[in-house]
Amino acid sequence: MEVSAMRDKAAIVGIGETEYTRGSGMSHLALLLQAAARAIEDAGLRPKDIDGVVPALNLITFEDLAVNLGTEDLKYTVATNMGGASALATLLSATTAVACGIATNVLCVAGWNGYSAMRLSALGQAAGAAAGSPIPMSAMISKLRDFEMPYGVFVPAQWYAPMAIRHMHEYGTTSRQMGAVAVACRKHAQLNEKAIMRGRPMTIEDHQNSRMVVSPFRLFDCSLETDGAAAAVVTTAERAQDMKHRPVYIMGVAEGHPVPVDQVAGRRDMFQVGLSYAAPRAFAMAGITPKDIDVAEIYDCFTWSVICQLEAMGFCNRGEGGPFVEGGRIELGGELPINTHGGLLSQAHILGMNHLVEAVRQLRGDAGEAQVRDAETAVVTGWGDLADGAIAILRR
Amino acid sequence: MADYNKPLPNVTGQAQEFWQGCKRHELLIQRCTDCGTYRHYPRPMCPNCGSWNAEWARVSGKGAVYTCIVAVQPFHPGFAAEAPYAAVIVELEEGVRLMSNVVDCKPDDIYIGMPVEVVFDDVTEEVTLPRFRKAA
Repeated sequence: MEVSAMRDKAAIVGIGETEYTRGSGMSHLALLLQAAARAIEDAGLRPKDIDGVVPALNLITFEDLAVNLGTEDLKYTVATNMGGASALATLLSATTAVACGIATNVLCVAGWNGYSAMRLSALGQAAGAAAGSPIPMSAMISKLRDFEMPYGVFVPAQWYAPMAIRHMHEYGTTSRQMGAVAVACRKHAQLNEKAIMRGRPMTIEDHQNSRMVVSPFRLFDCSLETDGAAAAVVTTAERAQDMKHRPVYIMGVAEGHPVPVDQVAGRRDMFQVGLSYAAPRAFAMAGITPKDIDVAEIYDCFTWSVICQLEAMGFCNRGEGGPFVEGGRIELGGELPINTHGGLLSQAHILGMNHLVEAVRQLRGDAGEAQVRDAETAVVTGWGDLADGAIAILRR
Repeated sequence: MADYNKPLPNVTGQAQEFWQGCKRHELLIQRCTDCGTYRHYPRPMCPNCGSWNAEWARVSGKGAVYTCIVAVQPFHPGFAAEAPYAAVIVELEEGVRLMSNVVDCKPDDIYIGMPVEVVFDDVTEEVTLPRFRKAA
């Protein structure tokens, strides 16, 4: 079977979000269940109608989901584990399950207490801690512990900074260009009720004056640490016709992984990231090209990651991502509005599941003040661990 | 040495020979004995040809800085005193790249392409870390 046979066979029919906070006061399980319940309600389904569950990461189990939702015949479950790309990668599993007839109503859910329980900025301290560390260490992280942490490289900002420095060296990318991404996200956050940074506008000078965390990343190049969860319900295109909201069809979806996947240093080409492999497959499945995209919700753990992903997806050529993001092109009203909710940089860090929710809102025409007029197509990306990638191309 | 408070690698397991070499002040990199490809991190299989046969080849320890970051905010108490500090990715002559530090060099004086050579830092009784210094 050609992968393009799955084009438009599955649709997103429900979306849900918790509050986005710095201190949820909820367990991971309660947080994810709340987002799930809201997505299921938004789809007009009952919790027990869910017959497939795809939780991102290992913070909760599929059993946790099934027993709380009251699922009576669970037909499909898989967990995705690729850091921040895990949230969007759930959509690949859900699409496959639905398109192949394995399950009918699949729940994709991601979220965390990224502020109050497992701050990524605490990875360094956690590395030295005994068992019971609040942050579960993947096998990937354990290699970093042996070969990078002894040299002072602990946190995601320090994992990706070597790539960004190399990009600046090879292509002349500048800090101000990275700042343009931060400014666009912050501008859009002013329009979003859930955005942590609503009411706190930022200029490029504010970005340039923010303190250096690790060169080239200043504080305002780094995403927020927040608590929250988001979810989506995927069903077949046929069933989607008769549900509560206008369906959002999954035209293309893929994941991809850099080589070697467990180490940035060893990559012959540091900019051949997961998305470099995934994006051509997703666009081929969708049967469209980047120039057909109306709005892009791009995983913005760091500003430079957005520049890298724009290149990896072919919105511009290699090395041209810096100039591409300047001059308002990526702001509302520009040629390619990105992160119309504020992104991880200025709305909240919900592992990118908030990006998927925003894309669905845009394509339903429900994005309020941030609505991209007549948005018919959207691309959503995920980026996680050491630049694993996931991508979805959606249409109304 | 006793008060060394930075994270230490696990020197047993797959990378045991690498760390034992460091302790003897020899930089050993795994090389496939079927296709000759070097690899790091240490692994059971050659990702180039699938072979399980490998040797530990002593390499020159010479190379160049491929990329360099300056960490201003310390994310571990062991690095608080020396921040801002630099971490570098060094490309060895043999093509393999390693994360490390450059000793006896201010962070701002390190540049991409700077020639470096390995030095061995006996940080504890059990652990020796390969670091680099500027080469002529």
